[in-house]
Amino acid sequence: MAGGIERKVINTTHGPDAPHGDFTRVGQRARKIDGIGKATGEAVYTDDIVLPGMLHAKTLRSPHAHAKILSIDTSRALALAGVHAVVVGSEMPVKYGVIPWTPDENALATDKVRFIGDEVAAVAAIDEDTANAALALIDVEYELLEPFFDPHKSLVQSEPQIHETDARGQPYKKGNISKNVLLEFGEVDAAIDGAAHVVEDDYVFHGTAHAPIEPHCAVARFGSDGVLTLWSSTQIPHYVHRALARVLEMPAHRIRVIQPHLGGAFGGKSDPFSLEFCVCKLAMKSKRPVKMLYTREETFYTHRGRHPMEMHFRTACDAEGRVTGVDSKILIDGGSYSSFGLVTTYYSGQLLTGPCHFPTYRFDSTRVFTNKPPCGPKRGHGSVQPRFALEIQLDRLATKVGLDPIEFRRRNLQAENSQTVNGQTITSNGYLECLDVVEEASGWKDKRGKLPFGRGVGMAGSMYISGTNYAVYPNDMPQAGILVKLDRSGLAQVYTGTSDIGQGSSSVMATLVAEELGLRLDQVRVIAADTDLTPVDLGAYSSRITLMAGNASVDAGRKLRKQVQAAVGEHFDIPPQQVMLAEGFAFDREDGERRITSQQAFELTETKFETLAATGSYNTPDRGGDYRGGTIGASPAYSFTAHAAEVSVDTETGEIKIEKFWVAHDCGRAISPVQVEGQIEGSTYMGAAEVVLESHDVYSDESHVEAGLHRRPSLLEYTIPTSLDTPEIDARIVESIDPEGPYGAKEAGEGPLHGSIPAVANAIYDACGIWLTELPFSPGKVLAALRAKQGETSAPSPNGKASADTSVEAIRARLAAAKKGKS
Amino acid sequence: MKLRFRLNDEDKELDVEPFRRLLDVLREDLHLTGSKEGCGEGECGACTVLIDGAPVNSCLVPVAQLDGHDIRTIEGLARQGTDGEVLLDEVQQALVSFGGTQCGICTPGIALCASAALTREPNADRARLRELLAGNLCRCTGYQLIIDALVDAASTRRGNSKR
Repeated sequence: MAGGIERKVINTTHGPDAPHGDFTRVGQRARKIDGIGKATGEAVYTDDIVLPGMLHAKTLRSPHAHAKILSIDTSRALALAGVHAVVVGSEMPVKYGVIPWTPDENALATDKVRFIGDEVAAVAAIDEDTANAALALIDVEYELLEPFFDPHKSLVQSEPQIHETDARGQPYKKGNISKNVLLEFGEVDAAIDGAAHVVEDDYVFHGTAHAPIEPHCAVARFGSDGVLTLWSSTQIPHYVHRALARVLEMPAHRIRVIQPHLGGAFGGKSDPFSLEFCVCKLAMKSKRPVKMLYTREETFYTHRGRHPMEMHFRTACDAEGRVTGVDSKILIDGGSYSSFGLVTTYYSGQLLTGPCHFPTYRFDSTRVFTNKPPCGPKRGHGSVQPRFALEIQLDRLATKVGLDPIEFRRRNLQAENSQTVNGQTITSNGYLECLDVVEEASGWKDKRGKLPFGRGVGMAGSMYISGTNYAVYPNDMPQAGILVKLDRSGLAQVYTGTSDIGQGSSSVMATLVAEELGLRLDQVRVIAADTDLTPVDLGAYSSRITLMAGNASVDAGRKLRKQVQAAVGEHFDIPPQQVMLAEGFAFDREDGERRITSQQAFELTETKFETLAATGSYNTPDRGGDYRGGTIGASPAYSFTAHAAEVSVDTETGEIKIEKFWVAHDCGRAISPVQVEGQIEGSTYMGAAEVVLESHDVYSDESHVEAGLHRRPSLLEYTIPTSLDTPEIDARIVESIDPEGPYGAKEAGEGPLHGSIPAVANAIYDACGIWLTELPFSPGKVLAALRAKQGETSAPSPNGKASADTSVEAIRARLAAAKKGKS
Repeated sequence: MKLRFRLNDEDKELDVEPFRRLLDVLREDLHLTGSKEGCGEGECGACTVLIDGAPVNSCLVPVAQLDGHDIRTIEGLARQGTDGEVLLDEVQQALVSFGGTQCGICTPGIALCASAALTREPNADRARLRELLAGNLCRCTGYQLIIDALVDAASTRRGNSKR
C-alpha cells in the first residue's frame, strides 16, 4: 500500500509450547491484575476524571425522525449566564465513519437529522443544569420529511433519500439501500432442489442493545501548546484518534487519546461518537477542559446495537443427514447511519460456514437505512442473527432424517485444517469435543425427547473469528504492536494499545509477558490504551486482542528473554539455553540451587547490552477467498462453541424459563481460564437475554403520535436481566491448541454468545413441539404457536394478527392469574 | 443546609443544598468516585451506598436525608489492618479471587450490597443470594462468578472458606 515499500514479513507465530517446558503463568486460575482496584472503587473511569476549571457539556437532540434543518440560532443559549461555548454542525463539516468507505456521519447534524435523538448542537457550561437550560434556548427550525421505519419501505422507496451523498460527496445512487452482498458458492439450487430433505422458513431477529452499565463519557483538554487530549470510554482509541484528526482538521500528532478504565462496551463503543468530537471542539472554543456524560436514555439513542434482520432460509440434506446446501436471503435494518454496516452485511453470510460443513451456499443480504437509531456491531457482530436461523434449520433437518441433533452435527463437521465453502481457512477445531462435553454435562441422552411435556433440551453450535485478517482501513502495518521495557527494579512494563473493556485483555498481556520472562504477575505492570505512550493496536473488536496483541506480547517478551538468558548464562558460565526464567528468578536449569532474582538478572542484562526494551508486532497471514469480499470474515483462527439449554415452557401462560445452560467453548489454549469462563458465561447470559427479555425498538407506525420514538430507553423497561432472570451457566473450556495463536490461544469473548439463542429455540421444540422463529420469544408468540399446533384457530383481531400475539393486557392477566393459582 | 452524619466511620459536617443527589455530593464534593452513575434513575445499583447498613441507590437520595445517619461507601468497605495494610471485606476478596469483576463498574455497588446482605442474612444460600443481588445489574459476568464469589464470601464469614 505505502508506495513501493515492501511489507515486512513478521514471524507471526511462536509455537504452542511454554518457554521452559511447563507453563508457570499461562493456564493458572490467577486474579485479574485490576481486580482489587475495581473491588475497592479505586479504578478511575472517564466520568471520575475531574480537571481544574472543567466545564460540563450536554447535547441537543432532534425531536424528529427525518427532517431538514433550516436554521439553528444559538444566540439565546450563548447569552445565558454560565454558558462558555456552543457548537453546531457547520463548525465540524467533515463527515466520518468507522469504515472508511462509508463516511456518512457528522459530529453534529449539518443539513438534516435522521432519527429521534440525532445530535444537533452541544453546549459547555459551568454545570450540567446550566448546560441543559441552555439547550432549551437553542432555536432550530426544521422542515419535516417523510420518515422510514419499515425496512421493506426503504428497500423499494428511494425518495426522500436518508443519505443524499456518497463518500465522495456525489449524489448517492442506491436510494435508501446501504449495502447489498450476493455471493454464491457452488450450484446451490440444484443441491437443494434435488435433496432428500429440505426445510424452508422465515426468521425474525429483533434489535437489541449493548447496555453497558457505564454510559458513554468523554473529557477533553486543549493545552496552550496546541495539544488536544481526549479521555474517552472508547474501545477503539486508535480509530478515534484518526477520526478526531479528520473531523477537527488537525494534525494527528497534536492529538492524544486515552482510554481510562471502561465500564463495559460489547461493541457499543467501537464507533467514534458525537460526544468525543463535541468535547474537543468545546474545549478548544472555551479554553477550558470539558466533560460530557450521556444519560442512560441517550445511550439508547446512540445505540449501534444488533441489527434487526428478516431472514429467509432454505437448508437441505441427503437421506443420511449430510447437508447439501444453504440458501439465505436477508433484509437488514441498519437504522440511520452506516457504522460498520458494510461489514455487518458481509458477516450475515460469511461467518456461517462452520462448524457445520456445507458444500454449496448462497447468501443475498441487503442492509437498508431507516430513520431509527443507528445499528452497529454487538457481540457476535452480524452473524448471531443468521446463526439463529441456521441452527434451527439444522435441528429441523435432523428431525426429518431421524437423527439426534448432536449426531447430525457430528456428521456434518467442517474439520480442522480445511477450507470452508467460501474459502476461509480453518486451522484448529475442537467442535467435536465441545459436542461431547455438552452432551455429557447436560445429561443429554437421558433428557432429549424424554422429559415431560413442557420441558426440553436443545443444542446449537457456532464458530467465530479471532480477529479479522484485514484492518478497518487498508494498510500493511502491523495490526498489533507492543513495547516491553525491563526496569532495574525487576519490573516489566508492558505498553499496549489494547483496550481492556472488562474482558481482561491487560491481564492477558501481563500473563504472556510474565510467562516469557519468568515473572510473577505483580512484577508486570500494564500501561494500556494511550496513543502518546502505547504502540498502535487497532482496538477491542472482532475478538482480536488475545490472538493478535498476544502474539505481539510473546514476540517482545521472547526477544528480551533471549537477552536475559545470554547475560545470565555468561554470569553462570553456562549456555544461554540452560538459563531458565521462572517465578521471579533466573535459574541454572541443571542446578536449581544456582539462581539469582529477576531484578539481578535484569541488572546483568542491562550491563551486558543497553537500556532494556523490545517491541513486538503481529500481522496476519494471507487468508480469505479469492473473490470480492472474500477477505471479509477471514481470520487467522476460529473458535468453536456448543451450547445445550434446558427449558420449561408454561403451556398455560406461554412463559419460557431457561433452566440451565451447558456451554463448551474451544478457545485454543486458555491463557486465563477464569477469564475464559467469565466470557463464556457473560456471552451466554447476553444471548439468553435476547431470547426472552430484551428488545430495542421504536414506535414504527407512521401515524403514531410518537412515531420513531424509542419505546423503552431505560434499563428496566428495555429489560436487561437481573441475577434472578439469569439461569445457572455451566461453562466448560475445550483447548484445541491452534498453530496461529499465542501458545495456541484463540478468542473467547464473542463466540460463546451465538448458540445460546437457537439452543433455546431447539429446546422449546423438544419441550412442546413448536418451532419459534420470531425473536424475542414472548408469551404471546408461544401461545400462538401452541394454538396453531393444536389446530385451534384463534379469533383474528381487527388488525389481522392473532389476538394472543397482540393483547399484552390479556397476557398479563393470564400471567397474574396463573401465578395466583400457583401460590 | 448544614448536615451532620457519619461517613465511613468519620464524623462529617457539610453545608449543601438539601435536594442535591447524594451521588453527586459524594462524587463531586467529597471526591468519593467509587460510587458510579450507570443510569441516574435507580435501576442499575452502580451507585449503591449503605445508609445505616442498608443498601440504597444514592442517585435517588436527596442529600438532606443523611442528617444524623451513618453512611458507608465503597471507599469505606475495606478496613485498615494494625500494620496499615488494607483488609478487604470478605465479599471484595471473593469477587477478586473468583473473577467476579470484569469491567468493574458494577462491582462497588455489588460489594456493598452483598456485604450488607450477608451481615443481615449470614446463612443466605445460592438462591437467596440471587434474590438479594437482584437490585444490582451486571452486564459482563452473567452473574455466575459473582454468585460463586458471594457463596464463598458467606462461607468465609461463617469461618470456613474454600479459598
